[in-house]
Amino acid sequence: MRPSRRLDPLWMLGPTLVLLVVFFFVPLLQAAKSSLYEWDLLTEPRYVGLDNYRALIDSGELGHALSTTLIMSAVVVVGSMTLGLALALALNRPTRFAAFVRSAIFSAYVVSWVSVALLWLWVLDADAGAFTALCRALHIPTTNWLGNPKSALYALSGVTIWKIAGYSMVLFLAGLQDIPRSLYEAASLDGAGAWQRFVNVTWPLLRPTAAFVGTTSLIISFQVFDVVRVMTQGGPVRSTSVFVYAIYEQVFLNLRVGRASALVVVFFVLLLGLTALQLWAWRKKGAA
Amino acid sequence: MSSRETRTLRHPVSDGVVNVLLCLVAAVWLLPYLWMLSTSFKTLPEIVRAPTAPLPSGLELGAYRAVLESMPLARYFWNTTVMALGIALLQIAVALPAGYALSKLKFAGRGAAFALVVATLLIPAQVRFVPVFALLAEVGWVNTMTALILPFGVSAFGTFLIRQALMSVPDSLIEAARMDGASELRIIYGLLGPMLKPTLVSFFLFSFVYHWNDYFWPLVMTTDDAVRTLPLGIALLREQGTGVRWHIVMAGNVLLSAPALAVFAVAQKHLLRAVANKA
Repeated sequence: MRPSRRLDPLWMLGPTLVLLVVFFFVPLLQAAKSSLYEWDLLTEPRYVGLDNYRALIDSGELGHALSTTLIMSAVVVVGSMTLGLALALALNRPTRFAAFVRSAIFSAYVVSWVSVALLWLWVLDADAGAFTALCRALHIPTTNWLGNPKSALYALSGVTIWKIAGYSMVLFLAGLQDIPRSLYEAASLDGAGAWQRFVNVTWPLLRPTAAFVGTTSLIISFQVFDVVRVMTQGGPVRSTSVFVYAIYEQVFLNLRVGRASALVVVFFVLLLGLTALQLWAWRKKGAA
Repeated sequence: MSSRETRTLRHPVSDGVVNVLLCLVAAVWLLPYLWMLSTSFKTLPEIVRAPTAPLPSGLELGAYRAVLESMPLARYFWNTTVMALGIALLQIAVALPAGYALSKLKFAGRGAAFALVVATLLIPAQVRFVPVFALLAEVGWVNTMTALILPFGVSAFGTFLIRQALMSVPDSLIEAARMDGASELRIIYGLLGPMLKPTLVSFFLFSFVYHWNDYFWPLVMTTDDAVRTLPLGIALLREQGTGVRWHIVMAGNVLLSAPALAVFAVAQKHLLRAVANKA
């Protein structure tokens, strides 16, 4: 349709475009610029070229943030997808009980990260936590899960999986419901067992869903912050200092805006890469 | 096909085994909540003496009283609700005309405008908070509700959703309204807005819950009690060196998670739709 007056689109899109420019695009450019300066938010910024990037690499901070983030993302993506798929397969039945269990699992995705973090902080407490007590009762070797640098990152990953498994379950359930029943019936008539039906019918048709779930959970786990801030503050011995937490720490604890901005720029480039991956997965979904 | 075959097709594993497994699964997700609730009704001596006792000795409300005494809970609650409501409503108000122009009107630069909107999906809060903080500090808006609401005024997801929904509205309807002398403003908010109600309700709930739960942005944008939100206040319970006072932290956590769970219980269908829509 033609606009009734030529300039109508301008006021319709005006608020959107102004907000986009002021709160998205200018800040992005500003971050790129700040990454070349040394600035403590109080005194005048000082131009230092690529020193911030060099310092981040030389001090090992960038490498450390990258490795913690990657380890956590890998555990979270694999864990939440496997669990989400298994739950979707088990709960794809029309009983009331299944519906109840689905709601219980998805509710964790709806409550806040802070709630989930506090909840598990108590459950995992080294002295009096319920999980610790359970381990002792079952004679499973236990440790201070959040206080041990070897286990803290995995404990946070586990909590994150608990939080977002419902999300991948819901998407897998939607995918499962799109698969025509006739395909299963045909496979059954050909003598295919349950496992063969999964391998030959379910999984090939779920792959596009899996690609989508995988890339979105990857992006979610890259942006993890709340559980770290509430549960471990990046510790013990920086073992849970993931990317976003490192950025936060540089700004608000060290007052190094330039250093933080350099981390932001690297983080943004990583997100761009992940999104490219997502688009690629989507294209495959279109082709499938 | 015989009925026996149909059943084996639907359930490859026997119902009994599946139900036992599902009970275990339900326990993994529900027990932590029940544990939180149970702890919140305990007293300090109880927690010290028998921290893992499944039930409190009575419905002791001391922990809740302690939470109320340690923070201006009503104000945090109010701030959080105003912020989440403000963001969700602003997003819808801004996205409706934008979605209308992007789906119904032909003009030069439409594709570019749409691309710009979608591109913001690449710029999450964690990427933009430092410069936005500096900008807001310059105009003196740090520690105001504006700092919490305005930077989220445009939602790429919402704009996209509304644009998609408007595409299926026939042009003739809008043309008829124009013939009747309705202004564009009236068409957008008075005619199309109500027509899109299911989409808008889903999006509203999604956005409201998301921002009600948000921790990151209020954390970096506020230092003042006057504008602090509930997730921040409750997380502070833990930071103030509570030691073993877990009953107080859990009482706070009950107050924080109950509203979200209540919304979920009432509007589960809408929230699920919003998540499935995102895919």
